[in-house]
This record gives sequence, structure tokens and C-alpha cells, in this order.
Amino acid sequence: MAAENTKVLYGLYNDEEVLKGAVKTANAAHLDIMDVYTPFPVHGLDPILGLKESRLHYLGFIYGATGALFGFLAMTWIFVSDWPTMYGGKPYWSVPAFIPITFEMTVLFAAWGMTITFYTICGMWPGVKAKTLDNRITDDKFCIAFDVTHASDSSVDQLKGFFQNTRAEEVNVKTI
Amino acid sequence: MSQPVAAVRHILIEGNKSYHNITEDLCSPTEKSPSREWIIAFSLATVFLGLYVFAIVWTVWKGIGEWGANRSINWAWDITNFVWWIGIGHAGTLISAILLLFRQRWRTGVNRAAEAMTIFAVICAGQFPIFHMGRVWLAFFIMPFPNTRGPLWTNFNSPLLWDVFAISTYFSVSLLFWYTGLVPDLATVRDRAKGFRKKMYELFSFGWTGSAKHWQRWEALSLVLAGISTPLVLSVHTIVSFDFATSVVPGWHTTIFPPYFVAGAVFSGFAMVQTLMIITRKVLNLQQYITINHIESMNKVIVLTGTIVGVAYLTELFIAWYSGYIYEQFAFYNRVFGIYWWSYFGMMFCNVLAPQVFWSRKLRRNIWWTFFLSIIINIGMWFERFVIIATTLARDFLPSSWSYYRPTWVEISIFTGTLGLFFFCYLIFCRVAPVVAIAEVKSILKMAGDQYIGPDAKHGHGEKAHHH
Repeated sequence: MAAENTKVLYGLYNDEEVLKGAVKTANAAHLDIMDVYTPFPVHGLDPILGLKESRLHYLGFIYGATGALFGFLAMTWIFVSDWPTMYGGKPYWSVPAFIPITFEMTVLFAAWGMTITFYTICGMWPGVKAKTLDNRITDDKFCIAFDVTHASDSSVDQLKGFFQNTRAEEVNVKTI
Repeated sequence: MSQPVAAVRHILIEGNKSYHNITEDLCSPTEKSPSREWIIAFSLATVFLGLYVFAIVWTVWKGIGEWGANRSINWAWDITNFVWWIGIGHAGTLISAILLLFRQRWRTGVNRAAEAMTIFAVICAGQFPIFHMGRVWLAFFIMPFPNTRGPLWTNFNSPLLWDVFAISTYFSVSLLFWYTGLVPDLATVRDRAKGFRKKMYELFSFGWTGSAKHWQRWEALSLVLAGISTPLVLSVHTIVSFDFATSVVPGWHTTIFPPYFVAGAVFSGFAMVQTLMIITRKVLNLQQYITINHIESMNKVIVLTGTIVGVAYLTELFIAWYSGYIYEQFAFYNRVFGIYWWSYFGMMFCNVLAPQVFWSRKLRRNIWWTFFLSIIINIGMWFERFVIIATTLARDFLPSSWSYYRPTWVEISIFTGTLGLFFFCYLIFCRVAPVVAIAEVKSILKMAGDQYIGPDAKHGHGEKAHHH
């Protein structure tokens, strides 16, 4: 993720297949891509960008397990120890009757936990100003961005050459 | 999207669309001034919403004695309406979660609106049990928290409390799923907007950029939310059915209720999706995104679930007879031939017989038939809940307390009022957010666009064109 005031050189492509080809070319030339922006999730892009699989689902499991334990143990404590009440002659610790709420708590914790984690690690919250390079990226343009804050003129020229060779439609510089 | 997909590919996006066309077409309803149809519909919805507010204030002021519910039939229209609305909500989750897991591409045309429908339907459903409590200002007593009343806890063994957990979890998880799906599309609207509108969409799109890593996490999150929403949606109507099935009332105390309620919920929900989509695609000019193929797919679900519901009705009758238990037999005899016989026959006609016309491909692909039947099914599924609830209670254990129920104007106003509330929310949604998931439609364009797979396909693109 870009820090404050990053100078970015970016190229826009018209098609996701051309974009994927360009990423492969950049890899071969050992160019250090800052980020790739697309209007929709492009399949097959993650491996060539070297993105590891998201670990979000492991967290989801942990949140869900927490919810299940919390729900079940809370009901157990309330009905067995805090305020034992006889309902229809059933045991205080009536486990089968606790299943539905335990399940709902599992889902509730997993969903909220994962969603909050997702927005936090992506740095997204209400009021966050998007570091948009180009308004057409959410429409029909596919973008490769390089961080050129500290790049020499020769390496900027090399990147511009790369964009030309890979049929980028437009190349621009923007400070975000 | 990997391997397990149908061999026959249907065209799901017509009109030789480019990515930019998709953005234009799907954003434009939020950018143009409202059409005359929208204004008329919105005014009408607002009038009914006003009626709802009036009837609710009346109920709270005077007490629920203003309703027709009585000592025998203490659950009547309100719980009927509650179950009806909750059932309608189920189709949204089915489309967005279960069809995502099954990799059904046609979901992308209708999932956004169906999820919105879920959320608004659950809001409408929630009104009934909340106001049925009577002293609604004490409604927070249903939440278990350490308190100064003893401490008096809720009864965790009660299906009614399970319902509180199920419905509130269902509502909040559906909201997260829907909104997270909406964020990239709100960013699309944001990047086209100017001035105050841009400020608003900046606020609501959370700073979305479309970064590859964000998309990856977004897909991971969507998949897990779909995975946990699937058992969740099944649990919700299962637990709603437990409200009845765990009681000792003949006609309610049956193990068939959970699957039968879930099938009925999906059935009624798809009918409501059809009603909404047929109007939406026409009014917002989205026929190329919500195609006849989408409508046909949903009609197939309707004929399947309608038939399951029919089998359940017949199974109930058979088991009542086969049990040899006269009280059970009486409950079902009363259900079919008793005082509310007309609602039983209405239910049978609307839910079991009428949808059978969808075995015909021609009728499945006919807009007018689909619209007409979707209304019939909505009515039929309302009858089903009325049959189960009111008929059973009207002839309970002691003949001396047998009774008859008719709704008062207050209950009728509340029910029609929730229709106003529902359409009020839905119509606002149509104005402020894209009703079709823009990013998801773009992601299937090369697999389901007519220029790629249709008979006049111009691009080969790894997919076989059907001609030659």
C-alpha cells in the first residue's frame, strides 16, 4: 500500500488479457510493480503478480470458533450456575436446546469478524479518501502502477518503454 | 470461475456490450432524474408507509386488543405476515450464496436486487413479532444481558428466543454480504459523479481503489460469507418452523416442518424476485442484463420448490391418516374441510397446481405468465401460513374455546403498510445504488456475452461459437 505522497507512474490497458501479458513482461524484466488496479476481479492475475492466497478464511474459522464457544459457555454459565431455572423438567444443562443459538453465534462472529478484518487490512472505512489514479479504473481500464518517488530518470524511461512495448493506451504520472 | 459449469452456456448479457457500456447502462438509473413511473410508484409506497405508521401508532396507543386476535387464535395475521416476509427474504440469500457456491453465472444479473429484497423483507418481517409483544417499549427484554431484574435471563430453551438470534443474525449477515458486494460498484458511481453526489459516494464506498490484493480479499470474503450464509439461511426457516413444530398442538407438532418451511420460503422468495425483476428490468431498461434466460432459470427453481411443497402437503395428510390418531386426523380434516376450507383450497391451487404450467418451456419464457404466476404464488404462500396458524388455533383442545378469527382494519393496514415500507425501501435503493452488480457482470462478460458465445459471436476468445 502506498504511503503519503507517493509519485506514481501508471499505464492504462483496455483488456484484462493484455494486462496479464504486460504483468508477465514486467516480471521477466524484473520491474517492481507497486500495484495493479482493475474494474473487476481478474482471474489468473494473482499468481503472476506473486500474490499469496489470502489468509482471511483462517481468521474466519477462529472468529467462528470464538462465537461458538462464547455462545455455548455463556448459556451454560447462565443456566447452570448464575440462575438455574427448571423448564419443563429438563436438565439445567440441556445441551441439544443450546445448539441453535450456538450455531447462530458461530455465524454471527465469523461474518462480523471477517468483514471488520477485511475493511481494516484494506485500509477502508467510511470517509477514507480513495487514492484513485484514474476515474476510469472502476469503469473499463486496467492499470499497472510503479512507485517512482525515488526513481532515477533512466529507470523512469525504462518503465515508459515498458508501457509502450506492452501496448498501454495511456501513460501518466500522479502523486497520491 | 473454474471447471464445474454447465456444458451449455446461456447468453446472459445481450446487445454486444463493452465494459464501458455495462458501466453506463447500470449506473444511469442512479444518475438520471426519476422517471414518471418511479415517482408514481414511490408516492403510492409512501402513502402505504404512512398508513403503516398510523396503524402502528394506533396499536401501541390502544393496545393489541385492537387486533382481531383472541384467546384461542392468539397468533393470527401478525405471525402469518411475519413468516410470509421472512420466507420471501430467503430467495435473496439463496441466489447470492448458494448459487455462488454452485458457480451459477446467472446469479450475477439478479443477486444484488434479490439481496436488497432480503434485507427489506426481513425489516418488514421484524415489525410483526416486535409489535405483537404489546408493550413494545420493553422489547429489549428479549436480549440476554446482565440486568437488574433478578437477574432475569431469557429462556435459551425456547424456539422463540432461537428465532430472535436467528433473525437478527440473518439480518446483520445479509447486510454485510450485500454491502461488501456493493462497495466496488459504489466506487464506480463515485468515479463518475461530481460535487455533492461524489462526496456522498466517497463516504459510502470506503475508499475502494480496485487494487488486485483488495479484489483477492474481497473474493475470499464473499466466498466465506456465501459458505456460512448457506447453512444460516437454512437454519433461519428451520428455526421459524420450530416455533410451531416444538409445540404440542396437533397439526403443528410434525417433524416435516423444517424442510417443508425452507422449500416454501425459497418458493415464495423466488416468486417475489420475479415480481420485482420483471418490473425493474422494464422500468430501468435492463432487459439485456436480466434476460429471458434469467427468468427461465428462476422459473425452474419455482416449479421444483413448488412441487416439493406440494409433496409436503400430501405427506402431512397421509401421515395424519396413517397415524391412526384421531386428534391428528381431526386437525387435518379441519384444515381441509373446516371453517377456513377456502384458504386451504386457495393454497393448494396457488402453490401446487398453478406452478405446474412451468413444465412448459414456452410458458417459463413468457414474461406475462411469469409475472401473473409470481403474484399467484405470493398469495398462495400467504394462504399457506394462514392455514397453518389460524385454522389450527381456531379448533384447539377444548370445543368450548373454539373460535373464529377475522382481521380488523388495524391488522389489514399494518400488513398492506409493510408492503408500502418494502417498496419504499426498494425504490430508494433503485435510485441510489446499481440494481445489477456491475463488477460481477463485467467478470462474466467474456463467458456469457452474446458477442462471445451467441450465434452471431464475433470473438472466438477461447470459447466455441455455436454456429457452424
